[in-house]
Amino acid sequence: MNIAQLEKIQKETLEKMNTGIRIAVGMPTCGIAAGAKPVLEAIQEEIEKVGLDNVTVTQVGCVGACRLEPMFDVIKDGGEKVTYVLMTPEKAKEVVKEHIIGGKIVEAYTVGAEEA
Amino acid sequence: MEKIKAIEESVSFKHQERIALRNCGIINPEVLEEYIARDGYKALAKVLMDMSPEEVIDTMIKSGLRGRGGGGFPTGLKWSFAAKSQNDQKYVACNADEGDPGAFMDRSVLEGDPHAILEAMAIAGYAIGASQGYVYCRAEYPLAVKRLEIAIEQAKAVGLFGENIFGTDFSFDLEIRLGAGAFVCGEETALIASIEGKRGMPKVRPPFPAVKGIFDKPTVLNNVETFANIPQIILRGADWFAGMGTEKSKGTKVFALAGKINNTGLIEVPMGTTVRQVVYEIGGGIPGGKAYKAAQTGGPSGGCIPASHLDTPVDYDNLISIGSMMGSGGMIVMDEDNCMVDIARFFLDFTEEESCGKCSPCRIGTKRMHQLLDKIVEGRGTLADLDQLETLAKTIKAASLCGLGQTSPNPVLSTLRYFRDEYVAHVTEKKCPAGVCKALVDYKVVAELCKKCALCVKACPVDCISGEKGKTVYEIDGAKCIKCGACITACPFKAIIKE
Repeated sequence: MNIAQLEKIQKETLEKMNTGIRIAVGMPTCGIAAGAKPVLEAIQEEIEKVGLDNVTVTQVGCVGACRLEPMFDVIKDGGEKVTYVLMTPEKAKEVVKEHIIGGKIVEAYTVGAEEA
Repeated sequence: MEKIKAIEESVSFKHQERIALRNCGIINPEVLEEYIARDGYKALAKVLMDMSPEEVIDTMIKSGLRGRGGGGFPTGLKWSFAAKSQNDQKYVACNADEGDPGAFMDRSVLEGDPHAILEAMAIAGYAIGASQGYVYCRAEYPLAVKRLEIAIEQAKAVGLFGENIFGTDFSFDLEIRLGAGAFVCGEETALIASIEGKRGMPKVRPPFPAVKGIFDKPTVLNNVETFANIPQIILRGADWFAGMGTEKSKGTKVFALAGKINNTGLIEVPMGTTVRQVVYEIGGGIPGGKAYKAAQTGGPSGGCIPASHLDTPVDYDNLISIGSMMGSGGMIVMDEDNCMVDIARFFLDFTEEESCGKCSPCRIGTKRMHQLLDKIVEGRGTLADLDQLETLAKTIKAASLCGLGQTSPNPVLSTLRYFRDEYVAHVTEKKCPAGVCKALVDYKVVAELCKKCALCVKACPVDCISGEKGKTVYEIDGAKCIKCGACITACPFKAIIKE
């Protein structure tokens, strides 16, 4: 590995992360304890069922808001970010249908519906 | 007004500045490329290509970074001591034995951004001339250990770790050692003993680990959060980091907010943020509109911050001056329903249990202090006991061998300092003002409020409430009552009170 290679990986990964829809599910110990794993699986299942290829489902660490776990972010082309909180597998499936497929944010489940 | 959509826009993110936690919740910790996408391993490349070890240490000193494990020792200075120690072998170790009740920032970093720790430890290795590192992680963090292992394997596979990093002469490898559940192993000399395979007990310092550490070799031992700051300091410069915080405490600090607070969780704020901002703005205040009583910082080693100090800017020195300490950054908020004597007893219970037993002030002293506190909460205390408690506390603080013992009286001393009236109420009036200490509390039915509905009778597990449904006001038999509070919860008219 040299600097040029490192920068190439950086550029390519950023491009990949900022293209299409990225669903990032919080999977720290606290999130998993709150039920993040079934949420992650439900999302993966729904995405697979519909066969969306511009969607990446990934796991991330802890953003620090324990009271809102399980939670996930939906990030569109590296820009618009919506955080869904206090998720269940059922709610997550709804978000996939409405938001990811339908393009309509499910306001009732966003962080803004829970706190200011 | 349009509702917020992303977590970063929420009130709890106001005042936050994320350096140690910058990647947590953003990148996939099990994908090396995502760490690289966020400037990962660029700091390591920079030190290996463009900086001498002296320049690295100089940058650390200028940045003003101090140890985030709680002690607050200047990191650059520690590195310079280890760099000056001549030896054929040196070590870099990471303290991930996070044991303070209520603190979990190290876990969050290890689980959310493990490569940052690898990168920082390699930087430390280059600076002091070490080729081997150890992460001492508590076994209760299996996911953190797993993600660290994945990170090590990934980084080694592409030459960012291990032999000849970035094609240079510098090699650095890492081993993970698991703790076995002893709180004292967070103390540096005990941690080193444990890494060596010995019983985890502290030793007298000096010699300090920077001179004689793991296997008697010069060792730099830093906390997880300290390491997590380092790649950014290298990339963005010492001046950038020193531009944040207070005069003697630079940068940011991660706090774990817990207890009686609405927005529990992890926050990272610049040093110098006031307790009021943390509790009322970021933390969203206290549930149920109750009154703030105190916040415990530094866990069982720290002290409480009373309402009169809400506007104190939080940094290492200010906290010491008001009788608390930074500690690892746990912040437990207490409201009017918490009894401060009971809180002091809770923390002492912890330190007494975790005392390793090597030195008598800690082993015997914490036990005796605990007994005195038991006496007070059970209503057998006297004013002389308070004085004895204070004398004992000061002796333990002065005479104990390691940080665990030296700081164990802090919860007692600080509650005595700010809430002496509560102690006095316990011993002279035999009353617990917060209504927590069972022996000093009586449950009573307020006749005017009682609707004679018998719900309390149904809830009582020991049948100590008597009366006739619809006819008489109920009465609680104080001798039989176990003060469990079930009747208070059951009564819809708030007719049962604690006195």
